[in-house]
Order: sequence, then structure tokens, then C-alpha cells
Amino acid sequence: MIKTALSTPTEGAMGKTGTWRVFRPVIDKEKCIKCWFCWVYCPDAAISRNEYPEVDYDYCKGCGVCANECPVKAIEMRREEK
Amino acid sequence: MIVIDTGNHISALAAKMAKPHVIAAYPITPQTTIVERLAQYVENGEVNAEFIRVESEHSAMAACIGAASVGARTFTATSSHGLLLMHEMLHWAGLARLPIVMVNVNRALGPGWNIWSDLNDSMSQRDTGWIQFYASSVQEAYDNVIQAYKIAENEEVMLPAMVCYDGFILSHTSMPAEIPEQREVDEFLPEYKPAWKMDVEKPATHGNIVPPEYYIHIRYDMHLAMKKAKKVIQEVGEEFGRKFGREYGLIQDYRCDDADYVIVTMSAIAAEGRVAVDNLREKGEKVGLVNLTTFRPFPHEMLRYDKMIVIDRDISPGLGGVVYNEIRGNGSEVYGFMAGLGGMDVNYKDIERIYELAKEGKEGLYPIEVK
Repeated sequence: MIKTALSTPTEGAMGKTGTWRVFRPVIDKEKCIKCWFCWVYCPDAAISRNEYPEVDYDYCKGCGVCANECPVKAIEMRREEK
Repeated sequence: MIVIDTGNHISALAAKMAKPHVIAAYPITPQTTIVERLAQYVENGEVNAEFIRVESEHSAMAACIGAASVGARTFTATSSHGLLLMHEMLHWAGLARLPIVMVNVNRALGPGWNIWSDLNDSMSQRDTGWIQFYASSVQEAYDNVIQAYKIAENEEVMLPAMVCYDGFILSHTSMPAEIPEQREVDEFLPEYKPAWKMDVEKPATHGNIVPPEYYIHIRYDMHLAMKKAKKVIQEVGEEFGRKFGREYGLIQDYRCDDADYVIVTMSAIAAEGRVAVDNLREKGEKVGLVNLTTFRPFPHEMLRYDKMIVIDRDISPGLGGVVYNEIRGNGSEVYGFMAGLGGMDVNYKDIERIYELAKEGKEGLYPIEVK
């Protein structure tokens, strides 16, 4: 196979990018109203629609877009601890 | 069938007979008549190709890259400053491993506006990953275009290829050329089966960001492909010989077997060189000639003669002839001459004179500074 810069869509082509994260989104299910704004806005499709929104921490880079968009402030960005 | 026509018309005919899907080119002296002839072929329906009119050579190469990326056989042609304007896209085509075939009609670079033959335009594209062929006759220009497709498209190679020949000396001089039947060309050059392509059914990104640990593999693979091209060029050249009666390879040697001195050169100077060798042989001089059919890949291992006289129609300022510097240091006695820059005529008499000067141990920029 010729080696050129060709990539086909695949999960985690760059590895587990969640390791880049500095702040971790934590969803407070008590406050969550299941509006799914976080699921819509996540730029990395790292939030899935289960009973409540669920973050895939293998790929979530901690950008905080979900927390910013959450209308009821149910997502807290907590600093990752070493 | 023997056709008497100019290098440009004959190479346009070769491109037509290779049946490209897409032709994108921008006219520039002395290449213009190739583009004109191809536009005519497309207009008359003689070739079923899309002719993309572009606003520059950079765009011409970009259009070929786009078309080749989806699996099309492509053709373009340029010269001199047009080739230089393509420079960024030449690297792209090489790293994208797209077997685009291009004719470059060699012409000097300005300022000092000059439209005559000089190989500095294509020589300065040495490291772009393009295979480079040089023709010493109109016949070779035709044969090289046909072979270039087969070599470039070989799945072990997949590199773009440039077919070069001298502006005016070959581009505008009518010479007889044996043109095979379309059927024979089709047998020799089957339909292009791309080793990779973009396909809407199988989405992919090409040219995406590549971190160092992957990038090094892309460069290395390209390097290996250029080395493999040596074998493929030999094999395709031999197959061409069996089919059409004119054998090719990395080099063409002429009367080299018992030669004390071998003149190494390329392009139209090689044709004059063969005449010079015949004349010198008549005088009892043991001299032969090697015509470099390819400059990239460079046939280092085939240039193992004790004494070589290299004639370059190019100059790497401050260093000297480009081919000379490729060869020297291999253990042989090598004499370097630069001649014919900016289209200055180099005929067989000049080459005989260069031979005499080399025998005296001299070298340099002929005829103005030889010592």
C-alpha cells in the first residue's frame, strides 16, 4: 500500500485524545433536564445519549463547551488531578 | 507509420495516444504548441479527455492533482518559469503519489529574458519526487511520454513523471518519428488502475495533518519508490524495445565497450555527442557516450567508467554542473564541463573540442572559462 497522507474515518485515529484534558466535565444528574444541548454542542461527539448524557472520557478533551451551553449549569469543569 | 513533425506536436500526439482523462495546461513559450494541439484534439473529439482551462501553471498542476486524486490519468505540459510557478504543487503531487505525466520543454530562466534551451528549470525541481526523463530526439520524446505513464503508474512506483526536452532544438524542429498504431499503444499501456484514490463511496481525507512519527514513513516510502523506479524503468524500457524495436533504460550507452573516455550528457547534446564520438573514433580515439535517459532516479551504479567527461547544460551557482556533481567522488576520473547555457549552440565540433580539453586535464564553463 502506498504511504501518503490518507485517512479514513475511524474512532480515535490520533489515539486516546482524552489524555490532553485539563478540566473534566462532570454532569450533575440532579440538575440535568435532558435538553441534550451538551450532546448537540460537543465538538468531538464525546457525549452520548443514554438515560442521561454520558461523557466518553477516553476522547473528551475537556474543552468545556458543554458546560458553557448547559442552560441549568448542571456541568461542572473540575481540574484533573495527576 | 513515420510522421515528420515537431517535438511538441509529436509529444502532444503521444499524450493523446496515452488516452488521458484530464488535460490541464497553461501556454508558455516554447511549450505552447503542445497545448494548442491537445486543445484541438479535444475539440475534434479525437481524445475523450476533459480539457481544463486554467489561469496559471500552479492551477494547471493543482487541477491535475485533483483529477489524479480521484483516479484519472492526467497530462500537462509547461516550460521554464511555468514549471517554477508549479513548484509547490510538484512537491504535492510527489508526496501524494499521483502518477501525473508532464512534458517540460527546457528553457532558460530570467531575468536575462531568454526562451532558448537550458536545463536549469527542470534540474532545480530535482527533489520534488518527480521522475525525470530527458530526450535527445523527437522520437525519444514520443517514446518517453508513453513509457512515462507505464512507469509512473506502476503500483511499486506511483510517482509523477516529467518528460523533458530542449526548447526549439527539439520542440520546434521537425524530425521523423515512428508512431505505432493506437492498438499497439493500448496493448503496451493498459487502462490506469490507481493504487489509491478518493472515492465518495469510501470517504477519506487526503493531505490531513500528519505527526512526525508518521510523516517520516511517507518520505521514506517515496524514497524507496524512487529507488524501485530504477528497476521498473529498465523493465519497461526493455518491454518497449521488444514491442516497438527501440529499447530504453536508465541510460543509453554508445560505443562505450573499449572506451578510455566516456562522455556523459543528456538531452539534445547527446545527439550531437554521438556524431562527435563517431568522428573521434575515426581518428582512433577510444571514446564513447552515455546519454542519461533519466536524471531522477539517477543511475549512479551504471556510471562506473574510469574516465568520464560530463557535459551539463545547467549550472548550480558556486558549485558547477549538476550532473557532474552527482557523479564526481565515485572513484572515477571525472571532468566537468558546462556548455550551452541559455541556448548557446553545442554542436559535435564543440564536443570534440571539449574532449580534447578534458584530455589536457581541463574543465569549466565552455567556451568562456576552461582551465
